[in-house]
Amino acid sequence: MRHSIRIAVGPVQFRIGSDWAAPIAALEHLYRGYPQDETRPADATVRLFAARPWRRWVRPSVHIGGDFVVPDALPLPLSMGLLAAEMGMNLQVALGWRRHMLLHASAVAKDGRALIMSGESGSGKSTLAALLGEGDWRLMGDEFTLIEPVSGDALAFPRGVSLKNEAIAAVAARVDAARLGPLMAGTPKGDIRHLIPRADAIAAMHEPARPALLLFPRFGGDAAIEPMGEGEAFVRLTEASTNYVALGEAGFAALTRLVRETPAFGISYPDSVTGIALVEQLWAEAAK
Amino acid sequence: MPDPIYRAAPPDALRVEPLGELTAIFDRRSMQTHLVVSPMPEILEAMVADGCEAVTLAAQLAESFDFDGVDDVQPILAERLSELAAMGLVARA
Repeated sequence: MRHSIRIAVGPVQFRIGSDWAAPIAALEHLYRGYPQDETRPADATVRLFAARPWRRWVRPSVHIGGDFVVPDALPLPLSMGLLAAEMGMNLQVALGWRRHMLLHASAVAKDGRALIMSGESGSGKSTLAALLGEGDWRLMGDEFTLIEPVSGDALAFPRGVSLKNEAIAAVAARVDAARLGPLMAGTPKGDIRHLIPRADAIAAMHEPARPALLLFPRFGGDAAIEPMGEGEAFVRLTEASTNYVALGEAGFAALTRLVRETPAFGISYPDSVTGIALVEQLWAEAAK
Repeated sequence: MPDPIYRAAPPDALRVEPLGELTAIFDRRSMQTHLVVSPMPEILEAMVADGCEAVTLAAQLAESFDFDGVDDVQPILAERLSELAAMGLVARA
């Protein structure tokens, strides 16, 4: 394709091609600090392309292609090219990755141990991880956490954090503006702005961490902590895994082990300050 | 109608992992995960490979558990067995 970039996020090597320069330039900005091995073959390919040649210029709209595609996905305007790239990267990993069990979950780590947070969009898992990652935690990822089937370790996938709506202001106030991507207003997912993880989190992206605490956050309502049984955590994580079925018995073994060895809680919180306090409280108990 | 006879899955076909109140069962033949609650795991454990009907199973389970009467338990077991058969975890002989 006319423009392309290679990006390594955790264990996944991406190759992203585009009919336009702008989305690639935006990716170059976001991923400039990531270690790169030019000799490594790509695990996943994303293509951002115009449906017809003239649509590169006339009302340019970005279609997302690659090894895996969503057939009826609507194209995005070129101003949202970075979002298109992010969606394409997520899709390739969610549908194509087989080396690890993939959880739709954020994660942060401390002292080689991982806190994994799983929840629907809007649960605040991404914002909590981003805020913890600005404190004394290592951000492992805001969207996916990988579980190594043999060792049971969690592996990081620290892509650019996708901040949405209110989370943008909350995080932007605390970080250097150079670590923020362009604001994309009014996307199908609301306002979006990417945050580049801290340099130490990127440098440590290949270091595994032992799962020590599983949280299922829910944004809204009074602060509450509810212990969760192994069975419920198992059911929720099968739903949160995009490749559980594809992994067969390896996935079954990895997940039963994860829920047995890792204490799990559901938490509700009215604001991120309370959410972080609950997380730190549970971590202090789990880390004993 | 005579009580149907059910056969347990072949040895090594199922991987059974108790997870608190739930039991997760991975069926290596179908690659499916089943989540069941008591008494399903107990029934599967009591089943023998060469086939049994609900009444035999009721008698076997009565030895391990406190039953008031085998007659009361038999229709319930027959129902559970047909559910296990629907999941493919046991088979009609």
